[in-house]
Amino acid sequence: MKIVREAIYPLIAVAAAFVICGIIILLIGDNPITTFRLLVENSFITPKGVFETLHYATPLIFTGLAVAVAFRCGLLNIGAEGQLYTAAFATAWVGIKFGGTMVMVDGKMQDWSWASLPAILLLPMCIATAVIVGGLWGAIPGYLKARFGSHEVINTIMLNFIAIALVSYFTQYYYKVPGDPILQTAPIGDAATIPQLNSFLSFIPASVPLNVAFLLAIFMCFAVYVFLWKTKWGYELRAVGENPTAAEYGGISPKKQIIIAMTISGGLAGMVAVGEVLGFRHNYYHGFSAEWGFWGIAVALLGRNHPLGVLIAAIFFGMLLRGGIFVDAFTAHISKELVEVLQAIIILFVAAMQRFSK
Amino acid sequence: MEEGLITLTILIFSAIRMGTPMIFAALGGMFSERSGVINIALEGLMLGGAFSAAVVTYELSNPYVGFLSALVAGAILASVFAVAVIKFEADQVVAGFGINILMLGLPSLLSSAIYDSSGSTEQIAKEFLLPEYFGRISIASILAFALVPVCWYVLYKTPFGLRLRAVGENPEAADAAGVPVLRMRYMGVILSGVLAAAGGAYLSIGQSSFFTRGMSAGKGFIALAALILAKWRPFHVLVACLFFGFTEALSIQLQGASWAKLPSGEDIPVQFIEIIPYVLTIIVLAGFIGLSKAPKALGIPYRKEK
Repeated sequence: MKIVREAIYPLIAVAAAFVICGIIILLIGDNPITTFRLLVENSFITPKGVFETLHYATPLIFTGLAVAVAFRCGLLNIGAEGQLYTAAFATAWVGIKFGGTMVMVDGKMQDWSWASLPAILLLPMCIATAVIVGGLWGAIPGYLKARFGSHEVINTIMLNFIAIALVSYFTQYYYKVPGDPILQTAPIGDAATIPQLNSFLSFIPASVPLNVAFLLAIFMCFAVYVFLWKTKWGYELRAVGENPTAAEYGGISPKKQIIIAMTISGGLAGMVAVGEVLGFRHNYYHGFSAEWGFWGIAVALLGRNHPLGVLIAAIFFGMLLRGGIFVDAFTAHISKELVEVLQAIIILFVAAMQRFSK
Repeated sequence: MEEGLITLTILIFSAIRMGTPMIFAALGGMFSERSGVINIALEGLMLGGAFSAAVVTYELSNPYVGFLSALVAGAILASVFAVAVIKFEADQVVAGFGINILMLGLPSLLSSAIYDSSGSTEQIAKEFLLPEYFGRISIASILAFALVPVCWYVLYKTPFGLRLRAVGENPEAADAAGVPVLRMRYMGVILSGVLAAAGGAYLSIGQSSFFTRGMSAGKGFIALAALILAKWRPFHVLVACLFFGFTEALSIQLQGASWAKLPSGEDIPVQFIEIIPYVLTIIVLAGFIGLSKAPKALGIPYRKEK
């Protein structure tokens, strides 16, 4: 029964979004049924569709969890985007500096690395970097809120812009291969890469880039659940989210919990780098994130800040993001931005129903 | 020397142009936040205005009608936001964020339906853009400057302004004194939509000649930063917006400029100038440069006692 109660408001929000978008599509002069079929159908009917949807969902699971953990402590982390940007660059940096990266400059090979470590050392280093750097970037607004009381929403928005500017600076001036017209770093060493799932699961089509990071994402859902509901730390974190004054009377320091929550949140957002840098692009590519940090907010809201809900919501939005491409290609007038409109309406409805659904 | 003077003049004019949309949006945000409603939707409200202005101006070849249409679009969009946060007591930040996402997607959706291109609307001929005077200063910039004392007067010298501020500082007391709290907040938020949309209109039919997806490029957030820096006061808003406009102008002028070199002879990285407004906002929020005191009831929904 509990699960029905939890699911009812998200389902209303999704239904409302489809109804409103259906009307918009009718007004534009296309067929809503055909459009919505294009949006969702493809993710079910072929194995390629299923696994590609999971690939689209992977970064959303991480950012959804990130936003959810902060929410549980009463904080809104709009900064997942900045956290995953800094994490991705730092991860690529470690992958270059310790991965034996060689770069062709003016016809000569240059060694850009300090060392060429084996995968067994390098991979844990890269993954730790993603988590730590994302976590530190998240800890900044946490600290500012705990120490000075400044609003984490404004600070995370500002830190997003700062993160993207700084990372673009380091890429442009120090880690771009000379002559490369694209703003991206040199590739990371082979030892820093993680395999695609189809390299050992033969039922996954070869063209699907779904990689090991998806398994990490599933594991993190489980880990976040255990942390939040089965440990003392998680209990304290949630207590501050429910009622900071009561928590303080109970001997819990809200300030400490705020910093911890934002650090964990940033670390989870940083894990996007594992799938994208180590598993997919194999370098830092400026603009690699399709605003996943912001999608994380919709994912957490729709998933009611519960890891299982986040997982389902991330797969749902992953499906829409992928389906948007088919809508773009096969309808007369509807573009893939339909997906953003759906997302926005879902956010507005979930937010407006929050009062009833508590 | 003379060259330096010319460069400075160029920079100042450019700062005025860059600052204009932010002045509109920040003044708008001021009315919303002074009434107690956090408005991170400024970015989306600007985009709504920009899109409406671009489409109407192109279709009717009249920038004034286009500009007015932006104000209407801003009011409608802000009403949606207002109903969500005032009537339904939605989290103001979450709902504002939702409006921003909506305005990233909806204009593209509509523009691909109207013009078969989701990226941008049709280009408007130069003679149908907002007119410019004295060395490329748009009529919109003049309006923005003129609005500053007007907003100051409205906020501090009229009953409306007094009530609005009362509602944002102490809604219970205002209510007891017979001020309609929720209606004041609706007006504050809708006014913010109108003004932010005016800023957006300047982007699409003044500074450029068409609408592109996400063309406000964070200006709504910088306006919010300016508002915080200005401690929610109109003349300070003007100064903050011009300063942020100046940093933007500087980062554009520096690109490839021969006079802008580090002692080592390298270009000054524009990224470090671009982040000045953001860093400054964080520092101000932390209270290092005077305390930034927000309206007391900012962000708290008001429910009348039964």
